[in-house]
Order: sequence, then C-alpha cells, then structure tokens
Amino acid sequence: MTTAPIKFYQVGSYAIGNRLLPSAAGSVQSDADRTNALTSGHRACQGCGEALGARYALDAAMRVANNKVITVNATGCLEVFSTPYPETSWRIAWLHSLFGNAPAVATGIAAALKAKGRTDIRVVGQGGDGATVDIGFGALSGMFERNDDVLYICYDNEAYMNTGVQRSGATPPAARTSTTQAVGEAPGNVFGQGKNLPRIAMAHEIPYVATATVADLRDLENKVEKAMQMRGARYLHVLVPCPLGWGSQSCDTVKIARLATESGLFPVFEAERGEVTASKKIRRQVPVEEYLKLQARYGHLFSPKRRDDVIDHLQAMADRNIVRYDLLESAGE
Amino acid sequence: MKKPYAITLDVESSLANHTGSWRVERPQYVNLMPPCNNACPAGENIQNWLYIAEDGSYEAAWQALIQENPFPAIMGRVCYHPCQDVCSRAKLDEAVGINSVERFLGDLAIAKGWKIPAPEHASGFRVLIIGAGPTGLSAAYHLRRLGHDVTIRDAAKVAGGMMRFGIPKYRLPRNILNAEIARIQEMGVHFQLEHHVDNLQDAIDDGFDAVFLAVGAQIGKRAYIPACEAARILDAVSVLRDVEDGQAPLLGRRVVVYGGGNTAVDVARTAKRLGAEEAIIVYRRTREKAPADDGEIQEAIEEGVLMKWLATVKHAEEGTLKIEKMALDANGFPQPTGEFEELEADSLVLALGQEVDLSLLSNMTDLQIVDGTVQVDSRMMTGRAGIFAGGDMVPADRTVTTGVGHGKKAARNIDAWLRKGEFTKAETPEVIEYEKLNPWYYSDAPHAMRDRLEGARRATNFDEVVKGLDEETALYEARRCMSCGNCFECDNCFGVCPDNAVIKLGPGLGFEINLDYCKGCGICVTECPSGSIIMVPEKS
Ligand SMILES: Cc1cc2nc3c(=O)[nH]c(=O)nc-3n(C[C@H](O)[C@H](O)[C@H](O)COP(=O)(O)OP(=O)(O)OC[C@H]3O[C@@H](n4cnc5c(N)ncnc54)[C@H](O)[C@@H]3O)c2cc1C
Ligand SMILES: Cc1ncc(C[n+]2csc(CCOP(=O)(O)OP(=O)(O)O)c2C)c(N)n1
Ligand code: SF4
Ligand code: SF4
Ligand SMILES: [Mg+2]
Repeated sequence: MTTAPIKFYQVGSYAIGNRLLPSAAGSVQSDADRTNALTSGHRACQGCGEALGARYALDAAMRVANNKVITVNATGCLEVFSTPYPETSWRIAWLHSLFGNAPAVATGIAAALKAKGRTDIRVVGQGGDGATVDIGFGALSGMFERNDDVLYICYDNEAYMNTGVQRSGATPPAARTSTTQAVGEAPGNVFGQGKNLPRIAMAHEIPYVATATVADLRDLENKVEKAMQMRGARYLHVLVPCPLGWGSQSCDTVKIARLATESGLFPVFEAERGEVTASKKIRRQVPVEEYLKLQARYGHLFSPKRRDDVIDHLQAMADRNIVRYDLLESAGE
Repeated sequence: MKKPYAITLDVESSLANHTGSWRVERPQYVNLMPPCNNACPAGENIQNWLYIAEDGSYEAAWQALIQENPFPAIMGRVCYHPCQDVCSRAKLDEAVGINSVERFLGDLAIAKGWKIPAPEHASGFRVLIIGAGPTGLSAAYHLRRLGHDVTIRDAAKVAGGMMRFGIPKYRLPRNILNAEIARIQEMGVHFQLEHHVDNLQDAIDDGFDAVFLAVGAQIGKRAYIPACEAARILDAVSVLRDVEDGQAPLLGRRVVVYGGGNTAVDVARTAKRLGAEEAIIVYRRTREKAPADDGEIQEAIEEGVLMKWLATVKHAEEGTLKIEKMALDANGFPQPTGEFEELEADSLVLALGQEVDLSLLSNMTDLQIVDGTVQVDSRMMTGRAGIFAGGDMVPADRTVTTGVGHGKKAARNIDAWLRKGEFTKAETPEVIEYEKLNPWYYSDAPHAMRDRLEGARRATNFDEVVKGLDEETALYEARRCMSCGNCFECDNCFGVCPDNAVIKLGPGLGFEINLDYCKGCGICVTECPSGSIIMVPEKS
C-alpha cells in the first residue's frame, strides 16, 4: 500500500492559516484575536505593502513580548498615513520623532528601560528605506555598533514614497523614480550604486540580520519571533511593494513580492554574527522579466523598445544572488 | 481636560475614518462550480464531500455524498470518473483521486452500518419503477427519500441489473453490491423480483400515480458473420450473465472476443479467469479509438489478454476464424485491406453493444422511439404524461453513473409532477477555471495510487483487482483537493488585507468583508488560492 504521511494540510505553511491545522500551529495573522497593531482607517494607499508588512511584523513581536512593546517610527508613509492628527491607527505604544533619528530614539528608550529595570519591555524601531539606509544610517550604524537592545525593522519600498517617489540608496538599478527618470541611454536608476543594508548590518557582526517579504508571512513571523528572543541589536529588512511608487496594480502587492523572491532579485536569508546561516529556497523559479513587467517603473524596459541588455543585466544580478545565497534547492534533495 | 502644549484635540482612533468610501470595486465571496462537480453524471457535490472528509468527518461526508448518489462503494469501483479527467489539480501535479476517496467512504459506511436518513413523511403517491438496475434503484432511492411509496419490478431473481449480470465480480464484489442495494430495501421500497413486465399498460393500471422505466439495454447486438454450423459463437452479455448465474459456458482453450468496448474487455478477462489459455480481443479500429476505458484495457493486458487492433472477423469455421486486416483512412475510419489471416479460436464471443428490448411498449404509440431508444424531455418524461424513462434505454452515455443521475433527475421531476409543481433546479453557478486559482499556495502532493493485485496472480481468480485506500491515504488524497471556487478557510484573505477589513467569522462560517474599511485593493482576490472571491464594481 502506497501511503503518504498524514501531515499534508493542503496549503502547508504557504497560506496564512488553515482550518485543519491545530491552532497552536497557526500563524499570528490567522488568529482572530491578533493585536492588529495597525488598525483599520489608516490612510495608506489601496494595496499598500508597507501597511501590511508593519502589521505582520508588529503583531508577531507583540505575541512574543507578551504585548510589551514600544515602537519608534521614523518619518515616512507608515508614520504619515497612520497618524494624521489627532487620529492614530496604532494599538500599541508608538512614538515618532524625526525622519533621521529613529534608531537613536529607540536606543534611548532601551537605555531608559534598562535604567528602570524594565527590560521586559521590548523596543522596536522602524522606518522606510529612506529613513534607514540614507538619512538615519549614521544613527543606525551607531546602534549596531553599541549592540543596543533594539530590533530595527526597515520596510523597504525602494524609494522615498511619502514625498513623491524620489530615489533612495535602496532604489534598484533601472527603476524609474521621480528623480531617476526613464530618459537617455541608461534610463532609470543607475547600475552599480546604492546600499545593501542587510550586508552592511552583517558587517557590524550584530547578533541577527534577516530579510523577508510580505509574500511569505510564516517566514516573516518566524524571523520576528527569533529576533525577539534575542537581545542586542537586531535588524530585519522587509520588502514591501508600493503600488503607487512601483506603478503596479493594488491587487498584485503580495504577488510582486513573491516574484521578487522567486526570481532571485530579492534574496530571503538569515545571518548571525555576520555569517549567513540560512536562505529561503526558490520554489518555482521565474525569469526577472515576470517580476519587472508588472511594474510601470520598469515599463521603459519593454516599450517603446525592448531593452534586453538592461533586462539581462538585472537577470545577472538575480543569478548572482542565487549563487551567493544558495537560493536553489540542490539537486537530489 | 488640560492638554499639553500645542495640542487642541483629543486623540481618536482612525476607526473614525471610513476608508471604505475610497472603493470603486468590492470583493465578494462566491461559490463557483468546481469542474469535478460539473462533470459528475450523478451531479455529486464532490468538492463539498471532500471538504467535509478532510477533517476526518467521514460519516458527514458520506451523508453529503448520498444526497446525490446512493452508491458510493459501487461508484468507487465502476465509475469511469469523468470528474478526474477535468480535475484542476491535474494542471498542478495530478488529478485528485476522487474515485478512490469515494470508495473509501462507501466501504466505511458499509463496515460501520451508516444509515440513510428516514424518508420525508408519506406523500400518499405510489410510483412504479420497472427495472432494478442502477437507474431504477437510484430513482427508487430518491423517490423514497421524498416520501413516496415505491414499487420496483424486475424480471431477474436479484436486483442490480448490469451491475450484477454484466460487470464481473473481480471489479465489483457482490457483497458490496448487495450491501448498497440492501440499504435501499431497508428504506421500505417494495421489490417485486422475477416479475417480468410484458405490457406496460397493464402495469400502470395496477393503480400507480407515475411510472419510471429503466429496463436498460439487455439484448446483445448480432453482426452477420458467415459461419459454418459447427462454429461456436456466443454473445457477451449472455456469457457474463451465465457466469453470474454459476453456469459458466464452455469457451474452450482459445477465445476470441469481437468488439472494443468495456463489455469486450470484461468478457476477455472473464474468459481468462475461466481457464482459457488465450483470450484475444479483435477490434476493427485502434486502441486509441476503442470505446473501452483505457485503464481497463491496461489491466486486461497485464492479465495476459491479447489485443488484435485493426482487424475484423470475416468468417467463422470450427476452430478457426478468418480475419481481415484493416487500415485507417484519412478520416480515421477503418477500411478493409484485402489482407487476410487465420486465427485459431475455439469460440467467438460477440461484444458489439446492446439494444433495448422495447417489447413491453408495443401498444404505447404515444412513446416516441428513435434509433431503438425511448425519447424523453428535459424532465426525463416520455411522450405520455406521468411516464418517465432513463438509463441505458434513453439516448445517453451508457454507464452506471449516468443511470444513477437519470434516476435522481427523474425522481425529482416525478416528485414535482405528482405534487403539480415544476421542479426547478437551483441555478448552476459558473464553472471555475484553473486560471482563476492561485495554485502557489497548495503544497506539492502527488497522487496516491491504489494497489492492484499482480496481473498474473489475479487472472486466475475472481478476487477484486483494485484495492481500496487505507484511512491515512484516503485522507491525504481528500486533502489534495484545491476546493476550486469554494472557500476552504485558509485565512489568506483575513491575513493579506492591509486594512484589516476582513472579518473572520469562525470555523465553518467563512469570512465577511468589512465595507466600512475595505478600500477595494483586491489583494484578497489575487491571493485566494481557490478563486472564491471576485471583484465586482461598486454601484455609483
Ligand atoms: C459487461 C458490462 C460492463 C460494464 N461496466 C461498466 C462500468 O465499469 N462502469 C459503468 O459505469 N458502466 C458499465 N457498464 C454499463 C452499465 O452497466 C449500464 O450502463 C447500466 O447498468 C445501465 O443501467 P440501467 O439501470 O439503465 O439498466 P440495467 O442495468 O440494464 O438494468 C435494467 C434492469 O431492468 C430489468 N428489466 C429489463 N426489462 C424488464 C422488463 N420488461 N420487466 C422487468 N424488468 C426488466 C433487467 O432485468 C435489469 O435488471 C457495463 C455494462 C456491461 C454490459
Ligand atoms: C529631515 C527631513 N527631511 C525630509 C523630510 C521629508 N520626508 C518625509 S517622509 C520622506 C521620505 C520617506 O521615505 P522612506 O523612509 O523610504 O519611507 P516611505 O515613505 O517610502 O515609506 C521625506 C523625504 C523630513 N520629514 N525630514
Ligand atoms: S505611497 Fe506606497 S508606501 Fe506610501 S501609503 Fe501608498 S502604497 Fe503605501
Ligand atoms: S481540485 Fe478538488 S474541487 Fe478542484 S476539480 Fe479537483 S476534486 Fe474538484
Ligand atoms: Mg521608502
């Protein structure tokens, strides 16, 4: 008799939940009583990946920390759309100071809690890619260097969205932004520049660095859980597609994040003390084109003239990630 | 309250801000028609009973199944499962083994003695059914559940029709057949066996309010084959019937079966089991064009049955046959080639299809007969009000499952007709295509195979060839179903909404959209694995 192990729950861990799973094995997001750290009524665009990513991450952090979390937010969409005076969408302790100082404020709060003997209360700093890789970078590097007890989460939508889609140090090559127009010989953002913050964080040899996307909730929640169980400086970099800035359909936010990882353009991995310890394997590999063509910011690669040279260049970047982070299931496994 | 510097307003929750007003389209939960259900000739809600079985609620799943079809254990053995041919999971890896799960549920029901729910209260109407094959039995079952007093007459000593006198027991063990028929008997259906109806008018005059004809197609078709006196020529249905009656005919050492349908295959396999050294199927077209189920041809080959495709029998002598080779023409029709060969054969069994014996209708001129079958309308009613017909005797696919479907349909229409109403079938929703699913979310899970007896071993006895699934494997197989077009509570919509605008109602209750906050982004629609949410425009 051919028998299969009974563990098969139709959707495994790919879907948010599953009625057949014991509730203890369910994700935080499948729980009807999740915190909803960022609740309804916020003013993010339709299909905003950042709003989704923030709720995923903070709800998970709240579960691990027994609801004792203080969040420090840098300026950016997440802050602006959640707190138009006098309203707030936050259902957790939340604080905003400036665009560039969130890591420093978080450090200060962690220090104060330590002084008060309240290390049971955990600190999460968060901001967009502009706040993180550009303007707040010095403060963040200091936070890493001192190994302050903060989990810092970057919601990377690859540009300064809140002020009208300007290029950031995290904007990928060839992408059109309002400051890297699709004109000239090399349209869009230039190749060879920008900052890879997960690798920079690893260079600080902090306890934990990880990347994640809104397309794999279980992975994201596991990483938040793992990070929250550690002390010291921890960094989580979450890819959050932005329909407005990327020129994508609002319904495709999660799909685009999935294609980013399945193409290899956005490697999902974990590192401890500067060494990569694990990477999420590609399940159904796709050419980068599948990812690019859903986004108007890459529209100039397909019309009026198809730019195979540029597409190939981006594919080469994906291929490099695949080798570098060992993203393919090795044969025979 | 005194406010801090520069603060003039009280803090409020953003819940005051109804972002639902931004919306131009809204997500809507739907129940669409899964391809499997759409293809089932008995109209089973396959997706639904698989869903119920998935958490181990086998009895509830069985109850849901028998709302449409009283014979899960029989189906799980003889149905050609057109559902699996269209199962969307085949586009991902392999079709769900629907038929094997059905058999598992059917066998479990027999083992546990699960009961059919008591009939509705007596309607006072009496219905006569002629023929206790699958079609008549299905009608009896459904009419009885609807509260009617049902009498079923059959010429044979035992009920079952071709399920008993055609399909051999190595495919359908008789204890299984008997158990599922016995359940119908226990419902209070009156069985009048060994009761050949020669004249329908007389039967109607016995005081019935409606009649359902389900006499099948009993007469083996003969083809004119020049033969010498001593040539031994038999017809397939008679051979199978005699085997069932325990009077297996002498077929000899080498048996040639002429025909390419399931009956031909069954006779050849039966001949092997009766001890023939060689059983050869001769068919004028190719294997691809043969009407027999390919799986059964395969099983026959495994048992050592030989196949002679593209050949016709020209002449039968004692001990030999003259065979002419055929060739397909440009249109795919077989044409004679003028090339002949001799084939040793102790007997020739004709399996060229069956015809309906219409003699009981001889004086009923208002029943329309075309090409030897009785014509019925969309209600299964014949030209005479109150007389319905179905199964092999009307123009349709000749399968057990089609018969069961006809029986159900006729029963529901007879019920409506008796109660002077019009039976209106619930509107069928649109069929959901594979392209509307998001298959990313389904775990990789190849199809679990059913074990079979070894070909050589099984060809010597009438033991059942195909084995059932154990519980673990049946459950696994049920859980491979992607629940096409119907929510299976994976929580994706509840999770992926950036606006917390999906309300989780609890197990079995599904979800609801909170229209106060839904901005209409449509992520839930894209990420729903089963395609159970659609976007509809907001009325402006
Ligand atoms: C060898 C063989 C194998 C088959 N294998 C399969 C299979 O694997 N799967 C599948 O789906 N289908 C199969 N079929 C087809 C299937 O058996 C028939 O389509 C089905 O049984 C038709 O059901 P029915 O109720 O319309 O007629 P039947 O099953 O033929 O039943 C008709 C009944 O009416 C009775 N009857 C006839 N005339 C009178 C009368 N005047 N008075 C009283 N009673 C009468 C007969 O005794 C019989 O019991 C097979 C058929 C054959 C011959
Ligand atoms: C010192 C300072 N400079 C500029 C701004 C204007 N500003 C507000 S949000 C923002 C961009 C934020 O981009 P990012 O951090 O990537 O977050 P996103 O909006 O993309 O989520 C800018 C430039 C500011 N608030 N403070
Ligand atoms: S601009 Fe982008 S990041 Fe900002 S709210 Fe809209 S979708 Fe979200
Ligand atoms: S996957 Fe399930 S619902 Fe879809 S066609 Fe197959 S059996 Fe039916
Ligand atoms: Mg940004």
